[in-house]
Amino acid sequence: MRRIVLVAALLAAGCSTQTAPKSHEVTLVTHDSFAVKQEVLDEFQRTSGITVKQLASGDAGELTNKLVLTKGNPIGDLAFGVDSTFASRALQEGVFAEYASPEADKGAQRYKADDTGKLHAVDVGDVCVNIDTGALAGNEPKSYEDLLDPKYKDKLVVENPATSSPGLAFLLGTIAKFGENGWQEYWTKLKANGVKVVSGWEEAYTQEFSGSSGKGPRPVVVSYASSPSAEEGRTKALLDTCYRQVEYAGVLQGAKNAEDARKVLDFLLGEKFQAQVAEQMYVYPSREGVALPESWAKAAPLPEKPQQLAPDKVRDGRERWVEQWRTLVQG
Amino acid sequence: MAHPRSRLNRRSRLNWTLAALLPLGFLAVFFAWPVLAIITLGLREGGISEALTSADTWELVAFTLGQAAAATVVAVITGLPVAFVLARCKIRGLGVLRAAVMVPFVLPTVVVGLAFRAFWPDGGVLPIVLANAFFNVAVVARTVGGLWAHTDRRAEDAARALGASRPRAFLSVVLPALAPAIGSAAAVVFLFCATSFGVVLILGGARYRTLETEIYLRTVELFDLSGAAALSLIQFAAVIAVLLLGALARRRRETALALKGREELARRPTGGEWAVVAAAGAVVLALLTPVVGLIIRSLSTRDGWSLAGYRALATTGERGTLSVSGVEAALNSLRTATDATAIALVVGVFSAFVLIGLKRSGSRVSEALDTALMLPLGVSAVTVGFGYLVTMDALPGDFRTSPLLVPLAQALVVTPLVVRMVLPVLRAVDERLRQAAATLGAGPARVWLEVDLPLVGRSLVAAAGFGFVVALGEFGATSFLARPDAPTLPVVIARLMSRPGALNSQMAYAACALLMVVTIACVLLIERLRVPSSGEF
Repeated sequence: MRRIVLVAALLAAGCSTQTAPKSHEVTLVTHDSFAVKQEVLDEFQRTSGITVKQLASGDAGELTNKLVLTKGNPIGDLAFGVDSTFASRALQEGVFAEYASPEADKGAQRYKADDTGKLHAVDVGDVCVNIDTGALAGNEPKSYEDLLDPKYKDKLVVENPATSSPGLAFLLGTIAKFGENGWQEYWTKLKANGVKVVSGWEEAYTQEFSGSSGKGPRPVVVSYASSPSAEEGRTKALLDTCYRQVEYAGVLQGAKNAEDARKVLDFLLGEKFQAQVAEQMYVYPSREGVALPESWAKAAPLPEKPQQLAPDKVRDGRERWVEQWRTLVQG
Repeated sequence: MAHPRSRLNRRSRLNWTLAALLPLGFLAVFFAWPVLAIITLGLREGGISEALTSADTWELVAFTLGQAAAATVVAVITGLPVAFVLARCKIRGLGVLRAAVMVPFVLPTVVVGLAFRAFWPDGGVLPIVLANAFFNVAVVARTVGGLWAHTDRRAEDAARALGASRPRAFLSVVLPALAPAIGSAAAVVFLFCATSFGVVLILGGARYRTLETEIYLRTVELFDLSGAAALSLIQFAAVIAVLLLGALARRRRETALALKGREELARRPTGGEWAVVAAAGAVVLALLTPVVGLIIRSLSTRDGWSLAGYRALATTGERGTLSVSGVEAALNSLRTATDATAIALVVGVFSAFVLIGLKRSGSRVSEALDTALMLPLGVSAVTVGFGYLVTMDALPGDFRTSPLLVPLAQALVVTPLVVRMVLPVLRAVDERLRQAAATLGAGPARVWLEVDLPLVGRSLVAAAGFGFVVALGEFGATSFLARPDAPTLPVVIARLMSRPGALNSQMAYAACALLMVVTIACVLLIERLRVPSSGEF
């Protein structure tokens, strides 16, 4: 009996530590990579009187699916981190509510997912082929086609599009570039040229890639346009091999505190937050006129002409493409 | 005379059945309900029979069970010599060794996966099996060692005196006495390996997939809930089948072992025992290889050795990569692990007593409850996690986002471990001791307190340590439910690993080293605790 009481006491203790819903508390559901400078968040909380409670919910795919699963009774008030690969799915399921933010036309509109005004672009995180400039001195590839050159045999490592978000983005980039009918031929040649496939970015970048601290054997890797900013000039992104990934935020349909959630959304699109996304999340601000950190200007500029696919095209094709890719490259 | 006795039995059976409601209730609310809810949701979408009849699926099942069985065999074979040393040998530095074997358990799978990839750059079946075994040697060493430390040495000595060779004495005297603990450990290891996720993903590339990785991909990336539900059902069935097999194997005559204090039994190894000690040493060295590798990575930069990674741990990273410093993350880890261990100990020890009580009063519910408690080890974390999303909002205060959900989810994993570690010892308590106490007028509660508790005290402490360590290293449930303002060390390591830049990588490995130090310190500390009078039997 005493044990039962103890359990009850434990449960009660747990419940009492849970903060009672304050009138100005907003739950921001994010992907795992969300990060914000503490001072910037503190200042927003001080000036707005809103307390932002963060809830990390996996990668972009996991986040999207969790939002879909809980759309009847959302786990938060707004969400950040649904990307262009999953945007269409979230919109189709009616996860987000419309909101015309006063900050939405300051640059975010350039990357919009559709015209409904439900999702707002917060940042851009393009996926590009990165190279180890030291290892390939004077012999650098530039384009998708260059990677088929025998001089780059056994040099490239990519991530599995079934298990990795940059891996999927790279596959989508090749589909955008070579078309529905051409991409399979490209990958067949890539395979013949010794492309190595690993399951995630960590293995590819920190272990296989020669330009990172892991000093691996392969000088060409699929990573982000921003990665070179952290490698002190040893690496470079190939700007002709990029695929545009946009990360969105939106107020959730059925949010308990929609009014304050809108203010948090304005904050995400506002100048102060936008100015620190590069350093905090290794992505590019969606807002116009926000300066990038100095080291980025040279090492990691925003790709000007990345490959792109319309969100609904991605939604319809994704599973089929990944399956076809699997048979082609793995089979 | 028979009549009042059977009435007594019936009454005690009723009492124990009522008591069983507590662990069952915990399981029902935090396991069965969410899992069934998410599976039902998937089933409603249809398409189940497709998944069930596909040859792909059955290949998946075969590979999953095959690699888990192989890893279990490796873990048992390598764990036994270590168990012997921990239980029977008087060697300097044993406390540290006991703590050190726990280290693999807390290491993030991505770190271990990368370490194994350094030896097998292309992955494959062998590294998957070895990596899974690597994580689980400690389960065997500690579970078997716990019972071994208390089994009377005299039977073995008698066999030897009567002319049995050392191997013969081991096979016919020691091994049968240890069988329940070995069976327990093997069951746990098997379930851990069957549901292992990170190492299969990293070392299997896209070639080798298991039920677990496939359920994850279908649920999380493809949102194919019906496919995931079909696979979950298969996983469920496979786990139950394995558990029943295990229960069948365990259903031997319960042996009342003469339990002794470890101090009394441990002695300096002699003669051939040194060979076992050497084997244990080799196993520990093998376990330490990835650990040494990660310490080297935490210290090395392009320009030579540096402590920058460790210095950075006091901060929130190069550009404020983290929301808290490494030290704060360690504290967060300690806090959630403490909560989880407390909950799991209460539920686990209570369950173990209930299991014994039910069995003794002749109830058949015992086996069923035993199996039920093990189920959470064999079911996908993602199934449970997504299940929480669709059910826990019905609990007061929207439990889906409650900070308490993390320790509760962890307790689900730790409870069966506690049961498995305490139960073999508890079962071995000589019934006559209890009867003697009862004859002398002690009530049931008094009997527990005065007879059972002191006897199992040691294994209870070990179970607490083990549970604590599992909770410390647990990533599945925490990453699923973690709150960014209070990330634990494994969450911080994952975040650092996912960033480019030399310092982030160094800091990630330094955080691993910190996690190891914290683990060893906690285990040493917990092992110092002595349940009163536990040394005096």
